Amino acid sequence: MQFRLVKKPEITQRQYTVIILTAIALALLTSGLFILLLGLNPIQVYLAMLNGAFGSTYRLEQTIIVAIPLVIISLGIAVAFKMKFWNIGAEGQVIMGAFFASYLALNYQDAPKPLLLLGMLAAGFLGGGLWGLIPAFFKARWGTNETIVTLMMNYIALKWITYLQYGPWKDPNSMGFPKIPNFTANAILPNFLGVHLGWVIALILVVIMYFFMNHSKKGFEIAVLGESLNTARYAGVNIFRTILFSMFISGGICGLAGMIQASAVGNTLSVEVAGGVGYTAIITAWLGALKAPWIVLVSVLFAALVQGSSYIQSAFGISAASASLIQAMILFFVLGSDFFTKYKVVFGSEFLTRGKEARE
Amino acid sequence: MKNGSAYVSMRDITKIFGTVLATDGMNLDVEKGEIHALLGENGAGKSTLMNMLSGIYIPDSGHIFIDNQERKFSSPRDAINAGVGMIHQHFKLVDILTALENILLGQRKGFLLQKKEQEIEIRKIMEKFHLEVDLKKYVYEMSVGEKQNLEILKTLYRGARVLILDEPTAVLTPQETVVLFRIMRRMKEQGCAVIFISHKMNEVMEIADRVTVLRKGQTIDTLKKEETNPQELTELMVGRPIDLSIKRLARVTDERVLKVSNLRALNEEGIEVLKGIKFDLCAGEILGVAGIAGSGQKELCEALAGLYPIKEGEILFKGEDLAGKNPKEFISRGISMSFIPEDRLGMGLVASMDMVDNILLKQYHHTKGIFVQRKPAATKAKEIIKKLDVQTPGIDHPIKNLSGGNIQKVLLGRELDSQPELLITAYPVRGLDINTCLKIYDILNEEKKKGVAILYIAEDLDSLLGLCDRIMVISNGEITGIVDARKATKEQLGAMMLGKKEDDYAV
Ligand SMILES: Nc1ncnc2c1ncn2[C@@H]1O[C@H](COP(=O)(O)OP(=O)(O)OP(=O)(O)O)[C@@H](O)[C@H]1O
Ligand SMILES: [Mg+2]
Repeated sequence: MQFRLVKKPEITQRQYTVIILTAIALALLTSGLFILLLGLNPIQVYLAMLNGAFGSTYRLEQTIIVAIPLVIISLGIAVAFKMKFWNIGAEGQVIMGAFFASYLALNYQDAPKPLLLLGMLAAGFLGGGLWGLIPAFFKARWGTNETIVTLMMNYIALKWITYLQYGPWKDPNSMGFPKIPNFTANAILPNFLGVHLGWVIALILVVIMYFFMNHSKKGFEIAVLGESLNTARYAGVNIFRTILFSMFISGGICGLAGMIQASAVGNTLSVEVAGGVGYTAIITAWLGALKAPWIVLVSVLFAALVQGSSYIQSAFGISAASASLIQAMILFFVLGSDFFTKYKVVFGSEFLTRGKEARE
Repeated sequence: MKNGSAYVSMRDITKIFGTVLATDGMNLDVEKGEIHALLGENGAGKSTLMNMLSGIYIPDSGHIFIDNQERKFSSPRDAINAGVGMIHQHFKLVDILTALENILLGQRKGFLLQKKEQEIEIRKIMEKFHLEVDLKKYVYEMSVGEKQNLEILKTLYRGARVLILDEPTAVLTPQETVVLFRIMRRMKEQGCAVIFISHKMNEVMEIADRVTVLRKGQTIDTLKKEETNPQELTELMVGRPIDLSIKRLARVTDERVLKVSNLRALNEEGIEVLKGIKFDLCAGEILGVAGIAGSGQKELCEALAGLYPIKEGEILFKGEDLAGKNPKEFISRGISMSFIPEDRLGMGLVASMDMVDNILLKQYHHTKGIFVQRKPAATKAKEIIKKLDVQTPGIDHPIKNLSGGNIQKVLLGRELDSQPELLITAYPVRGLDINTCLKIYDILNEEKKKGVAILYIAEDLDSLLGLCDRIMVISNGEITGIVDARKATKEQLGAMMLGKKEDDYAV
């Protein structure tokens, strides 16, 4: 049968919901088949995934720990994306934020705890922000392609940390093992209600960013600039400054996540500090439609998917590869459905062959 | 239901967008070998009806017959395969490809394999329809008129026998319009059916064989051109008698607001685009600017709003030199500039945002604090809807869904609302229906009465001669003269637009 794709004019909220729900149903169905092939009961496995993500206080806490950087980084990415500045550089901004914060943590170990932590937060923001400013400046001044520049800068950041870890910052007491010394207790974010303070910071950021994007003048300017450069010019928006400003914020927020990960999760700086979360957050930011409240929901679900699939590995003896496959299938359908909100498929057509005749 | 004998026949076509009844049981018959004009006010449903004929929208109900065969199109490709092609006002060309590549793009046949063969076929079509297109030229190097010819060629090559042109002349210079009309006549001779949408009555009277008038989503009547006249057509369109004359108010003061001297500016390539512009403008005066498209109008407007870098010269606004200041400072001094670009959106409005946010765009600078205030903007939006009779389902509806003319009313309404002291408005009636044009002229006159200084850039000489106090003619970045609009003639302006300097203006 012949088919082809046709761009949809615009879809209603209801159609959107239907498409997403269908996608989720299909995802569960196909990975269910796969689970059947493994000789297991899909329903049980799905329940176990839920159980693994939310089933006990400990598991819930673990899920939240995974969700925290996703939420924060997605918020940062959303600022840039709203301006249609395709910031793929969150990973590098996270790393540089962690680097700046670690500098304080390692050099001012004896500073009072609250002061040191606040300083590290500020340093994290600054580090990520400055790292974000570089591609912004290139773009604003010379119109370079930000996708490529931000992406390449991730590798620079990563190599920089590798250099520190194997060179100047290597722990002299680690007996030759390439590792940066652990932070002292002063530089580690305390827990609050079972999970490190990062979740409180994330929630505060959600509220701030919600108001920033929807109700502040700067947020408005960013949205206008994203939609049309010329309109922004006509409205008297300073294009150069706005691009720089929003990338500073975007990178800065990612840098905050870097500080939190280094301080609360890694307890030190390492090449693993971002571990790809800067890329994953692009997905969650996009699925969350760049809107703060949705980003929280999507990030938590995403974290649950990750935690759930790692749980079923031990619970059912499923191999890591199979667990990733289930995770990937679910993602595939949900991300794929985004496509169907913009295009529709038309099967066959009575006129397809008539073009030539009509011209004669 | 079977239709009569017309080549294209649309019967009882209804289309609803949300709560808007865009076409309400419309009918249209178009014959082969005729040029059929569609007339109607902004939002009457012309584009919607044509979008359904060309497969972009699917009618909610009704029937479309081509050559006595019922058709159901689900995409533009279906339509073109049935021989129906549409030239949109917003061209769908790829800038970085050549004309030829654009034509071949998206064809089902092998792209590289038969390129030569296809080029020969394309050249045949060009010859047949007397179309001139440089196939090797890149689209980004083309003028609007050239792009339009390319679109027409592309559509003909895909096999269109029914050609729909949606407001093709709104973006053309008078010279380009002449060329377009020649091509349209040729298409008619070759037995094509041509559907032509325009708000310019003189064009319709010149080129059309028959005219169908639409009003508020309904078909009012189809008339032969010979048996009707502009007055009758306008009354059918609007639904009531209407006075077509433009009023000119007497000036009230002689207080000088703006004095521009020796204004020079270079474009990105370093070529001088404003060559020593010099004029002044009084409160309560409308100074028209006439000129061939691309003579420096846009640069002048942008320079006077602080958006275009100036090489030298003075912009004295109420005695203060604003040259070199940033756009925000121009706005804060009460200088309002609106430029209606060829594609209407893009300069001044954000298509995906609603009316409130678009109005906010001009207001948010003036409020204190770091937050925007949407309440006052919402109130303004409602006022503008009332004052200019904007057809929209509501203030929170994205403006890209409004009809072309209504989008423009939003823009103009907003600019006037900022209570400017100097109003610079370029092409404010581009694409507006007659009645709305008159309304815009009335509004400009009202502002004039209030003592606002108005710089009015336009293409249409009739409106310039009818509305303005003086007309300044610009040619190739230079002023060739400033004349009294009461005494000037079209011929005189035409010569000046081509570069002939007024005697007493030779610098
Ligand atoms: N995609 C859409 N969504 C919602 N409403 C729409 C859409 N397209 C058109 N409309 C509405 O349908 C009506 C008819 O619009 P249409 O564009 O056909 O008018 P038109 O006759 O072409 O006007 P103009 O001369 O201003 O171009 C308008 O009220 C418009 O707001
Ligand atoms: Mg239209």
